[in-house]
Amino acid sequence: MNGKKSFGGRGKSGSSSQQGKDAQRRPMFRRRKVCKFCSDKIDDINYKDVKLLMPFVPERAKVLPRRISGTCALHQRKLRTAIMRARQLALIPYTTE
Amino acid sequence: MSRKYELVYVVSPDATDEQVTEVHTQVEGIVQRMNGQLEKTDNWGRRKLAYEIGRHKEGTYVLEVINGDGELMKEIDRRLKVTDLVIRHLVVRVDEEQLVVDRTRNRRTETTRRRRVARGLPPDRQPGEGQRGEPDDDRDDRFDMGGEELR
Repeated sequence: MNGKKSFGGRGKSGSSSQQGKDAQRRPMFRRRKVCKFCSDKIDDINYKDVKLLMPFVPERAKVLPRRISGTCALHQRKLRTAIMRARQLALIPYTTE
Repeated sequence: MSRKYELVYVVSPDATDEQVTEVHTQVEGIVQRMNGQLEKTDNWGRRKLAYEIGRHKEGTYVLEVINGDGELMKEIDRRLKVTDLVIRHLVVRVDEEQLVVDRTRNRRTETTRRRRVARGLPPDRQPGEGQRGEPDDDRDDRFDMGGEELR
């Protein structure tokens, strides 16, 4: 449930400089991404807790995708509803300019 | 059937403290009239809004936890929509989510307890446990270039 190993694809630390035959033989080491809410045992993702939500709302105020944050599906879903509720109350922006 | 709801409303920054309390008493009045219960009130005070609502840049946030039925919340929702002083509000039903959260939490503590007992440990975490001290690894002689082994 928590976290997945990301082979290839566009990961967080994916770099384009390390391609070529070397990259084909042994894939670049990537740190295994783990869901923050699973590892910290946060069951209740609450819309009132802006401090908790803010790291998942980067600059442009979009919801940070799962492939980057490594959040598990269950918690991403809860996170999304929490962010949407917080947005309604103007705790989190919908967009920036 | 009683349900638990959370209501958050944002009062316009122009409102005085008395007006904020007035909105609160209005809500309280509706709750009492329709056989509900006001469980908790929490005034978060003045906060900056993440975006402008109308011409406002700030607002006073108030949270109320209410036990009641859907009709009650419908009435409160309607009233808050009409009130000009309240610039934004949100009603969320929380009892079911709370139930799920409690269940997962209980399940987790039970499993950890069971596993700990299976490992022959006391079911609850002892104070000071899990913090490893300095690793006393004196046997690491990979870089030990001492005397006789040096050829």
